[in-house]
Amino acid sequence: MTSVITVPPSLDDHTFEQVVEQLASFPPDAKLLVDARHTRWASPFGLTALLTLGQTRETRASFAAPDNEDTSSYWARTGFFKHAEELYDLHGSVPKARGGESSVLLEITPVVKSEDVHEVVGRIQQKAQQILSKELNIDAKATVGFAMTLSEVCQNIVEHAGRGGWVAVQTYTWRKRLGRRVVVIAVCDAGCGFRQSLESAPGRVRSDRWDDAEALEEAVVRGVSRFRDPGRGQGLAGVRRYVGRWDGKVSVRSGTARIAIVPSWDDDVPLLEKLAPFPGSQVQVTIPERVSGGPR
Amino acid sequence: MMMHIDLSSVLRQTLSCELYSNLVTRPTGAAVRTQIEALLADARERSLTVIDFSHVGMIDFSCADEVVAKLLLRYVAAERADREAYFLFRGVTDDHWDAIETVLERHGLALVLETADGARIVGMVDDGERAAWEKVYELGRAGAADLATALGAPECDAEALLDGLHRRRLVMLTDDGYIAVGGLGVRHE
Repeated sequence: MTSVITVPPSLDDHTFEQVVEQLASFPPDAKLLVDARHTRWASPFGLTALLTLGQTRETRASFAAPDNEDTSSYWARTGFFKHAEELYDLHGSVPKARGGESSVLLEITPVVKSEDVHEVVGRIQQKAQQILSKELNIDAKATVGFAMTLSEVCQNIVEHAGRGGWVAVQTYTWRKRLGRRVVVIAVCDAGCGFRQSLESAPGRVRSDRWDDAEALEEAVVRGVSRFRDPGRGQGLAGVRRYVGRWDGKVSVRSGTARIAIVPSWDDDVPLLEKLAPFPGSQVQVTIPERVSGGPR
Repeated sequence: MMMHIDLSSVLRQTLSCELYSNLVTRPTGAAVRTQIEALLADARERSLTVIDFSHVGMIDFSCADEVVAKLLLRYVAAERADREAYFLFRGVTDDHWDAIETVLERHGLALVLETADGARIVGMVDDGERAAWEKVYELGRAGAADLATALGAPECDAEALLDGLHRRRLVMLTDDGYIAVGGLGVRHE
């Protein structure tokens, strides 16, 4: 019997939780249909997370593409279907990707090895400079930090996940919370996640409370790494600094918890615990358009 | 012995790819550092190596930790007391500085940057070390007595400062006194 997982009409890092909650009631080998027919919009997080979902299934799942032509056409231009067809049996109208999409800084790209990070950083630089300075009014100098941020979050997959993931970078106007344009980096994998990664540190002593939430606090807030090398753990700390400098937001979901460094313009919860479980790590970095009087 | 290492060339050799000019990822950084260390293996007891960033697009934190911090740590550490390796960093721009500064702070390191008008010391140095280094750089070559006079400080303090800077490989000890890294070949008025 095939069970249906309904993708919400608008899919982002928050509404993806609805998908994960539905998934929780099925074993990994259950036959699933991921139904996105009524989905009209998806953030880069939503799209990369859907690919990750496909990756987690022991039995190949089916995927029903959005009915709305504009939506499916846009998803095609982000590269979603190109990767989805390797993970899902696709149903419905799946358009071929034609032409580039100006709001897509980086189409959905697999990250498996170190060379992939070079490729991603190389591809993003020129376009990022244009978007950050012209569309988001951010100093052109911020481009390097943006590329560094992208590099570090992608490296988390290579160094810690134990299996490949995806990255996507996009700009759009975030009407609901901000009313401004944003550039968003989404990096999702279905690997071992932060807790398991930190548990693999030799001689690590676990506290009584040790769980996904504490693992996220250790890694994201305190810069703890599974490696004893004192130089480790600087990547996420650097991401936090960059995000703070440009009044941005970073959120990381792993296992049953989600942590966020929340700027003043957002009302997200800094730490969510006891969520429905989902493998790996899912990171989102959001940099908003700078308004006059905003941060440097 | 003086050596010049163009990091972008080392990067291309390491990756076997002409397309990449960015120093990103820890494995890349480790491979580049290994290559630098192999080049340094042929050096004599004392060497000055120019690490040239001029053709490097950007460097991320992980790569900076491997290429800059671990390289310095290895030669500042006692394990390499048999060989005095000094480094002068060239072509470092704002695009590289964030990552380099972060790893220097993390490990309590300092280095010498070549600038348009000479050289300057950056990273984790206190005011005394900075003043001493700048004075040695200005003097061209100095002993403890020269530095003490220039700083208006007791000679024992000047000696301690020079010893500290030498251990951190920020000044070179020669038979005729100390020379600031980056001070070689610089015209002094």
